[in-house]
Amino acid sequence: MDARELTMVEAVTLALRRAMLDDPSVVLLGEDIGTNGGVFRATEGLKAEFGYKRVMDTPLAESMIAGMSVGMATQGLKPVAEIQFMGFIFAAMEQIVCHAARMRNRTRGRLHCPLVIRAPFGGGIGAPEHHSESTEALFAHIPGLRVVIPSSPVRAYGLLLSAIRDPDPVLFLEPKRIYRIVRQRVTDHGKGLPLDTCFTLRQGDDITLVSWGAAMHETLQAATQLQQRGVSVEVIDVATISPLDMDTILSSVMRTGRCVIVQEAARNGGIASEISARLAEDAMAYLRAPVQRVTGFDTPMPYPRHEHFYLPTVADIVNACEKTLEAPSTTAWRPYEIF
Amino acid sequence: MNHVSQRNTHYCFLDAQGQNLEPLPSDISLDWLRAAYRHMVLIRALDKKVVALQRTGQMRTYPSCLGQEAIGVGIGLALQENDIFVPYYRDQATLYLRGVTLTQIMQIWGGDERGHLFTGHAHRDLPLCIPIATQMTHAAGVAVALKSRAEPHAALVTCGDGATSKGDFSEALNLAALWHLPLVSVINNNQWAISVPLTMQTAASTLAQKAIAAGMDGIRVDGNDVVAVYHAVDLALKKARSGKGPTLIEAVSYRLTDHTTADDATRYRDIQQVNDAWEREPIKRLQTWLHAQHAWDPAQETALLEAVRTEVDAAVAAYLALPPQAADEFLQFQFAQMTKPLTAQQRYQQVRFATDSGTQDPQGAR
Ligand SMILES: Cc1ncc(C[n+]2csc(CCOP(=O)(O)OP(=O)(O)O)c2C)c(N)n1
Ligand SMILES: [Mg+2]
Repeated sequence: MDARELTMVEAVTLALRRAMLDDPSVVLLGEDIGTNGGVFRATEGLKAEFGYKRVMDTPLAESMIAGMSVGMATQGLKPVAEIQFMGFIFAAMEQIVCHAARMRNRTRGRLHCPLVIRAPFGGGIGAPEHHSESTEALFAHIPGLRVVIPSSPVRAYGLLLSAIRDPDPVLFLEPKRIYRIVRQRVTDHGKGLPLDTCFTLRQGDDITLVSWGAAMHETLQAATQLQQRGVSVEVIDVATISPLDMDTILSSVMRTGRCVIVQEAARNGGIASEISARLAEDAMAYLRAPVQRVTGFDTPMPYPRHEHFYLPTVADIVNACEKTLEAPSTTAWRPYEIF
Repeated sequence: MNHVSQRNTHYCFLDAQGQNLEPLPSDISLDWLRAAYRHMVLIRALDKKVVALQRTGQMRTYPSCLGQEAIGVGIGLALQENDIFVPYYRDQATLYLRGVTLTQIMQIWGGDERGHLFTGHAHRDLPLCIPIATQMTHAAGVAVALKSRAEPHAALVTCGDGATSKGDFSEALNLAALWHLPLVSVINNNQWAISVPLTMQTAASTLAQKAIAAGMDGIRVDGNDVVAVYHAVDLALKKARSGKGPTLIEAVSYRLTDHTTADDATRYRDIQQVNDAWEREPIKRLQTWLHAQHAWDPAQETALLEAVRTEVDAAVAAYLALPPQAADEFLQFQFAQMTKPLTAQQRYQQVRFATDSGTQDPQGAR
C-alpha cells in the first residue's frame, strides 16, 4: 500500500481525499478552499479531482458556513467545513452551539449532525492578530461537540478519517505551528484512529506529561531532556479533549504519582484545569506531588514580534517537572508557579 | 449617482487615460490635486518598501494596498479632524492622513501593539480590524455615540468586497438606515477576497445596491479616480454631519498584487486581468492629467520621488530601531487595573526572562 513521508497538513489532505473517495456524501466547503487549495493548502488538488459540487468555495461568511453545514448534515450529506483560522470561528459559534451540538438531543435522535469543522489554530508562526489563539476549551465546554486535536501526521490522518465518519459533530483543530515541521510515514489504508482516546506516546514510571496539539512538540523535547538525566517519563497525547479519556490519564498518574500538564492556551479555565481537577477527584491518594500546569497567559496572544513571551517553552516544562520530581522535600512544598 | 445597480456605471471625473469625463468639482484646485498625487505616490513607495522588508525577514505578513491608493487618499482628504475613522486592514493611506506615522503603520504589521498608539486626528479612531466586517457594527455604534451627544461629526468605516457577504455588514447598514445614523461606509471593491473573485461572492450586479435593501443611499464610484472618491465621500460626510443620514459608497478598484505577503495570487488569477487593471490604476491617470494641464513637470516628479524616498527611509530606520517590549508588557494592559492572577503571572514572567532581560526568544528561532 502507498506509504509516503508526509507533513501533517499533507496528511490532512490525504485523509480528506480518502474520505471523499470512500463516501460520496462527503463534501468540503469553506473560504478559499477550492481553486486556491486553502490558505494552508490543506485542500490542495481536491477541487480539481472532485469538482466544485463537492469542494465548494463559499462566500466570506462563517455563520453561514456553519449553519449550512448543519442543514446539509441533517439531510444526509457529510460536510467538512474549513474555518480559515480558528480566530474567525466566533461568528459560527451560534450555529455550532445552538444547533450542531444539540440537533440529535432535541429531536430525540430523529435528526443528527454528522459534520466536521476543521480549523487551524495556535500561535508560533508569526501570523497577524486573531490568527494565533488557542481557544479549544471554549468548545470543549459545549455538550454534544467532540473536540479533536492531532499532533502528528499519522494521527492527523487517522483522527480526521474517524471524525468524518463519526455520526456526530466534531471540531477538528489543526495545530498549524506543526503543520510542516515533521514528516512521518503515512499509509493511505483508510483506517481511522479511535476518537475519545488518549495516545500514550512514551512509557515511563517517574512522571506523567500530558499535552495535546502543538505543545506536544515541546513536551516531547522536554521528556527527552529528562530521560537523558535518567528520569523515566510517560508522555500522553490527549488528542480528543472532549469527551476526555480520563482512564488513560488516571491509570498513568496512579502509577507515576506525578503529573505535569502542558497547554499553549490561556491558563484560566483551560483543559489543563479540567484534567487537574479530575486527578484531584480520583487520584488524590496516589499523588506524590501537586499536579502542575504549564500554560500560556491570561491575555490574547501578543502580536507576532512578542509571541515567544507567551508560548510555553521546553525549559518551562522541564522546570515544572523538576519541581514536581523534587516534592515532597524536607521543607514544605512550594508550588513552582507563583500563579 | 443613482445608477447603483448597473455594473458599468459609476461616478468618475478622470478616466483611465487621464481625460476629463466631467468638469472637476469646483472645490478641487490644482494644489489639491498635486497634494493628492503626492500622498498616493508616498503610500505606494511605503507599500513597496514594506513588502521588501517582509521579503528580507524584517516585517510580518503585510496586506499591500497597491492600486487602491486613491480610495485611501480620497477618504483621508475628505475626513475632518473630529470625524471618527473605523478602518479595516488595508487603509494605510487614510491612516497616514489621519496622522498615524509611517513608522507606526510598519510597527503594526511588524507585530507590535504599540503601533496602535494613534495620535493626531486619529486619537479617537478605532484600531485596525482583522475579523472581516466586524468593524461595520462598531462604526454604527460610534455613529450612535456621535448622534446621542449631538456632535456634528460623522463616522466613516471601510471594508472589502468580501466583507459584504457577512451578516455584520447587513446588520450595520440596516441599523444605520433605521436610526438615521451619521455613518459613511466605504467598500474597497478590489474585486478579490483572497482567491475568491466578486463573481463568486455575490449575484448582485453591484455592491452599492445593497444600500437599497437597507434603506439608504448607495453610490458607486471609480475607486481609481481620487477626485471621484473624494467628492463622493465628502458629500456623504457632509450629509452625515448635518443629520441627513448614512450613505454606502462602493469604490471600484483592483488589487494589483497578492492578498498579503503570505499569498500567491498566481495560483488563482489570470495575469492578463492584472495587466489590464494596471491600465486603470490611479496614480498614472492623475499624473497624465496633471501633465496635460501643465501642472506637473519631470523636475517636480524627480523632486517628489526623492522626497518620498527620504521620508520612507527615515520611517524604516525608526521602525528598525524600535526596541522590543519588555517580556511582561503584554500582561499590563488587559484590564484597567492588574488583577491578582495577572500580577502573579507578571512575577512569573519576570523570573522566566530575568536571565536575558526579556529580549531573547528562549527557544531561539522556533
Ligand atoms: C471573519 C474572518 N474570516 C476570514 C478571515 C480571513 N481573511 C482575511 S482577509 C480575507 C478576504 C477579505 O476580502 P475583502 O473583504 O474583499 O477585503 P480585501 O482583503 O480584498 O481588501 C479573508 C477571508 C478574516 N480575517 N476574518
Ligand atoms: Mg477585496
